[in-house]
Amino acid sequence: MNKTDLFQEHIKLGAKMVDFGGWNMPINYGSQINEHKNVRSNVGIFDVSHMSIFDLNGSEQVDFLRNLLPNDVAKISNPNRALYSPLLDELGGIMDDLIVYNLGSHYRIISNCATSSQNHNWFKKHSEDYDVEVTFRKDLSIIAIQGPNSLKILKKIGMENLDDLIDFDLKILNSIMVAKTGYTGEEGFEIVVKNSEVQSIWKKLIEAEASPIGLGARDTLRLEAGLNLYGTDMDTNNHPFESNLAWTIDLSDDQRNFIGKSSLVRINKETSRELVGIILKEKGILRSNQIINHEGGSGVVLSGTFSPSFGFSIAFARLDKGHNGKGKVEIRNKEFNVEIVSPPFIRKGKILI
Amino acid sequence: MSKIPGDLKFRPSHEWVRVEEDGSVTVGISDHAQDQLGDIVFVELPETGRQISAEDEIAIVESVKAASDVYSPISGEIIEINELLIDAPETVNESPYTDGWFLKIQPENIDELNDLLSPDEYGEMCEE
Repeated sequence: MNKTDLFQEHIKLGAKMVDFGGWNMPINYGSQINEHKNVRSNVGIFDVSHMSIFDLNGSEQVDFLRNLLPNDVAKISNPNRALYSPLLDELGGIMDDLIVYNLGSHYRIISNCATSSQNHNWFKKHSEDYDVEVTFRKDLSIIAIQGPNSLKILKKIGMENLDDLIDFDLKILNSIMVAKTGYTGEEGFEIVVKNSEVQSIWKKLIEAEASPIGLGARDTLRLEAGLNLYGTDMDTNNHPFESNLAWTIDLSDDQRNFIGKSSLVRINKETSRELVGIILKEKGILRSNQIINHEGGSGVVLSGTFSPSFGFSIAFARLDKGHNGKGKVEIRNKEFNVEIVSPPFIRKGKILI
Repeated sequence: MSKIPGDLKFRPSHEWVRVEEDGSVTVGISDHAQDQLGDIVFVELPETGRQISAEDEIAIVESVKAASDVYSPISGEIIEINELLIDAPETVNESPYTDGWFLKIQPENIDELNDLLSPDEYGEMCEE
């Protein structure tokens, strides 16, 4: 199994390690619920070095990316900006989701771990038509620092001058990429450092009293924040319009072609399903594959969990259109009433439901 | 992980059982089970008075991670449930062998417990 360069640090901190897409990763360091609450109220740090980093090189990076991604990197033509986009196949099915960064010197893509070789092959194949070289950066690690006190803790370890960064900005500090991005819905940063330097930065953050957070809490945090998980909430069988990602499909430049565009424009958005939020206030937990019924149709639960912030269960579901905000879910042969809402459930400490 | 009390017996599916002085048996889930489940957020307990057979599903534990069934180690009648778990399910994580017990059964035939695992046997099984 793959190990990140922080593996020994996780063991020292008492982490429970699990197999996560072929990587031996911390699921929690004791209590997932406490870790979740620490990120919402203070600050936590995550080892997310299992994610895949690809650096581009060459004179046609922009043309390559404008063809590769449905979101338009023209939006980040100024350096030090980042952009979220799904990655689509020719039929408009979602192959992955990713963030692309304009570092000034070149563009960088960070995508999920389970899809790393698929993406690497896909990027290589589609770069053949362009003056672009793709490098899989296994020599880099990623730490996420998330929570209302993330800026403070970075200052404590000497990472200054980050106050003026807005969401999806980035900055290069002593060859470390610091991006104001994350997967928790809180104020936070993700830093990309050399494998050889990651232990020392992690230890400094722990000494500065940041709590280590496992992938368990990462999952409940992102679900509350209304952020999809690739493989659970969407995959190649789904298009962006039924995955709450219509906003990532940029059709504003009608001269631009991108992979999947010809299929997407044929989709009837009126009749397609939608990805919604589900709330169950009674005692029971929403889980993947449970059936939801509502007055206009039905659908299935995607990610579902107990929400530590609310104290009841929340989920995503992909449903037929035409609900009136109310539905029913069947859990172990019992029917429960649920509310159907638009995600996110919570953002930057603010409750949105 | 806390030490397994010597007066318990275990099902391979991670339930523990203890014979009380009045002849009833108390049932819970093991420390290993709670550790594997992670934070427990909801426990569904049966009604008292229900007649059950050994290996019946008698409770459901929901953690943040997953739902799992709890099976009866013995046949008999449910005579008491641990009401504390309704509002404080995390008690199962904190003290699985004491305050985090699930329910008590008045057994029909105490000999049904003979096939269960001793603490040592159960401990070895979990290490495999």
